[in-house]
Amino acid sequence: MKKTTALAISSALALVAGCAGMMGEEKNYDQEALAMMRASFKEHGQAKLDRLDQDDMQRLCSEYSQKPMPKEVSEKLEREQQAAIKYPADGKYLGDYKSGERIAQSGQGMQYNDNPANPSGANCYACHQLSKAELSFGTIGPSLYNFGKIRGFTPEMQKYAYGKVYNSQAFSACSNMPRFGHKHILTEQQVKDVVALLIDPESPVNK
Amino acid sequence: MNRKLRTAFLLLAAAGVAVASAQQSRSTVEEIERYRAALGDGNPAELWEARGEDLWKQKRGPKNASLEKCDLGLGPGVVKGAYTVLPKYFADTDKVQDLESRLVTCMVTLQGFTPEEAKKDPFGGPSHKVPMDALVAYITSQSRGMKMNVAGSHPKEREAYEVGRKIFFFRGGPHDFACATCHGADNMRIRLQDLPNLTKTADAQRAYGSWPAYRVSQGEVRSFQWRLNDCFRQQRFPELEFVSPASIALTMFLAKNANGGTFDAPSIKR
Repeated sequence: MKKTTALAISSALALVAGCAGMMGEEKNYDQEALAMMRASFKEHGQAKLDRLDQDDMQRLCSEYSQKPMPKEVSEKLEREQQAAIKYPADGKYLGDYKSGERIAQSGQGMQYNDNPANPSGANCYACHQLSKAELSFGTIGPSLYNFGKIRGFTPEMQKYAYGKVYNSQAFSACSNMPRFGHKHILTEQQVKDVVALLIDPESPVNK
Repeated sequence: MNRKLRTAFLLLAAAGVAVASAQQSRSTVEEIERYRAALGDGNPAELWEARGEDLWKQKRGPKNASLEKCDLGLGPGVVKGAYTVLPKYFADTDKVQDLESRLVTCMVTLQGFTPEEAKKDPFGGPSHKVPMDALVAYITSQSRGMKMNVAGSHPKEREAYEVGRKIFFFRGGPHDFACATCHGADNMRIRLQDLPNLTKTADAQRAYGSWPAYRVSQGEVRSFQWRLNDCFRQQRFPELEFVSPASIALTMFLAKNANGGTFDAPSIKR
């Protein structure tokens, strides 16, 4: 039933798109934009041109950035991203919150002028409030001050936080937040350290 | 005030801004507006503007010619107000061009430089001054106080605008960032830096109208081409090439969104 409905909807959409195309309206410039970008960027250091090759998440979230994403599309995207999360084999999610704080402060990594030999940061403070002491925080993401205190210090919450830092798209399709584990920005140990910053009762986030 | 003193004062003011913002959560933009106002007409960009005017009139290149006959969009030699209509379609090149790409064209056709020579070294630094920054500072200064008025009606201009929009919303790279990640919503901040929502008219007008800018922290006048280049670096994309088609299409999208706003640059920024 669900499949039939989805099929009917996509056929209808294709028909509408086809008609719009015939009328010369609503021209889609995706191909032009991609070709132009490929001709306009040059590789520099670690940043090669394959960074312009979008995966499904990047392509879909770009496509739906100015219109609502249908529920079946966002749910499928979240399921696929969720399935790709690699949880730690040792079942431990909490690392060192002090190291987590350093990772949260650092915006190093993956820019073409960065040395790839140095560890990347996550630059959490660029978008989130975390500890009370750091006043220079951004507001693109929600405040995470008292994250553990509010949400609990349970193993379930630790696992959730690990997954969210590892791949934010698994929980909220088209979130602005990078997929730190999925895209190998942070190592498994670094993700654990960031989880500790959020959930360790001793972390400044929970003071 | 001499330039060194002025720069020192600016740095002190910038430090004051950081402390004030942190303590009172005051908007950084408001604070910068405040010290900009306090400085009055003391923007070091004036030095680039003066050097740019000299370069515009100076005979240079294999043809030993000046740029004074360059058509920047309002006819050969018209500098006043030219920046407010750019980017625009030029019939002689059959391309949509922004200021920097048009200057490259004129350096080739009028002065006889090769395109490679004209495009080489587009961005200067504190101990490394380049003609492009100065020319851009001079020409943009001649549009100060005027309203942005990008036409965008030629089919190639319309296409550049639509492709520019796609590029603005294009998510990619290891961090999944698009321009829109930081510049697509209201009242956002990175650390303490306020971010303009470039999809909204008022923000787009204010932001676009404030470039080029003398960057106090870098001791250099930065062009709009530089602004885009450095945004993509932070987006973790490969390097955006100077005066590339994508850079011009994106500029078209942003400049046209700023139509009707007052152009107020070269400005001064942290």
